[in-house]
Amino acid sequence: MTDVAIIGIGIHPFGRTDGVSGLEQGAYAVRQALKDCGMDWGDMQFAYGGSSAAGNADALVNQLGLTGLQFVNVANGCATGGSALQSAYMAIKSGMFDVGVAVGFDKHPRGAFAVEPEKMGLGKWYGDVGLALTTQFFAMKIQKYMHDYGITDDTLVKVAEKNYANGALCPHAWRKTALTYEQIAESPMISHPLRKYMFCSPAEGGCAIILASVEKAKQLTSHPLFLKAAVVRTRHFGSFEVFTQGQALDQAPSPSVDASQATFEMAGVGPEDIQVAQLQDTESGAEIMHMAENGFCADGDQEKWIQEGYTKIDGKLPVNTDGGCLANGEPVGASGLRQVYEVCVQLRGEGGERQVQNNPKVGYTHVYGAPGLSGCTVISR
Amino acid sequence: MSQAAGANVPQKSIDPKLFTWPSNKPRLLGSKCNNCGTTSFPAQASCPRCCSEDVENCELGTRGKLWSFTIQGFLPKSPPYAGTETLEDFKPFGVGYVEMPGQVRVVGRINVSKPEELAIGMDMELVFEPFRTDEDGTEIISYAFRPVA
Repeated sequence: MTDVAIIGIGIHPFGRTDGVSGLEQGAYAVRQALKDCGMDWGDMQFAYGGSSAAGNADALVNQLGLTGLQFVNVANGCATGGSALQSAYMAIKSGMFDVGVAVGFDKHPRGAFAVEPEKMGLGKWYGDVGLALTTQFFAMKIQKYMHDYGITDDTLVKVAEKNYANGALCPHAWRKTALTYEQIAESPMISHPLRKYMFCSPAEGGCAIILASVEKAKQLTSHPLFLKAAVVRTRHFGSFEVFTQGQALDQAPSPSVDASQATFEMAGVGPEDIQVAQLQDTESGAEIMHMAENGFCADGDQEKWIQEGYTKIDGKLPVNTDGGCLANGEPVGASGLRQVYEVCVQLRGEGGERQVQNNPKVGYTHVYGAPGLSGCTVISR
Repeated sequence: MSQAAGANVPQKSIDPKLFTWPSNKPRLLGSKCNNCGTTSFPAQASCPRCCSEDVENCELGTRGKLWSFTIQGFLPKSPPYAGTETLEDFKPFGVGYVEMPGQVRVVGRINVSKPEELAIGMDMELVFEPFRTDEDGTEIISYAFRPVA
């Protein structure tokens, strides 16, 4: 089987772009990625694309060109971008194609995500009484974790403070103003123990990643990056997930644990080899828990890691160097690809003010989506 | 803790499959798998653990320990929320999972609005009470939890 290279990356700025549709933001990202590797849309043999609220991704052909390529729409919740990438990875890895694109974009209305309990097989009563809120799940998961492993409120604030500070250094980020510790710690309590500025918000954006076989990549660029592994896993019985009405007494690890272990095994590296990581930070607590779920530290060690700044841009394992979901917002179709984009930027040494200084050779991404799936990658140069 | 048949105003369960109602001793309804013994809430026709369809409905306990919790701090979006509060009169409410021993952890509202009054591991009990009143005056009954006094 061939190995898989990343040859082109493109992004449309995240946040709010009035007057530009989600589809147009996706098309912009694809054009940027094509420009990045000096290719044309007509060179693309296939595309996997996803969007949750901004239309069918395959409609991109109307903007980019009706070339007859294989285009498959992907829908996998907040892990849609990661799933599109994993599908593209398999398409190359199998030998069926040697160049193609994974693209994701979205444009969500302002405010909390709309939830329709009955479409998810949940009783109407559940929404009626005020339980169908994703924010409650995230709050209860970190509440339990803080209780079990001694994570403090102070650490929750510091994760958000770090991500907004990183976002302020990142051209594609939505929130480009760093927030002070006090602004975060005194923001309104949304769902105890999580406050307003500890949560990401639904937003807009687009991102595209062009993959090629290593053989093809070497013809096109002298500096390809390598997608060493791309894995998606779903939850086991007993994993605590969003919109759970009755939680099993059996306790199973999160799908992030499975996806992470499979990713490291496929890539032939371990967490200790990773020099820069993007971990899903739907809210501060998620980033903290995902550090352990992805194998970077033991449960509870995050308190020391965050307090000592290990995950800052100049720390020993920089995490969410572009500000993560907190500073970029959450356009569901695009987020997982934004993480891959950012790792590529860092591995190329093109991070500008946010460039990590350890000359990274191996990076990692992790996206998590409702109702319980995770997608991870290892990328190297 | 119930207003069963005989109450002064008409009452209706928020979902007849969720708990026994009307009843002097209402109980939440789950399902138990005859193959692997797993209890689910709400009741469902197959087992989410072993996929067996040999399941039967069962009543859940009324007391358990608080597994985790939060306080819903803002007025939930409507729909789906059917509460009748406004932005002006909304009061935060608790939400948590209560572990019914040997059965399942059940999510529900908690009749407490301050986090200081809740702690993981504390004893909780089930209550049945009106969640809202319909336009025709019918009280819609739901369940909630509260700390054991």
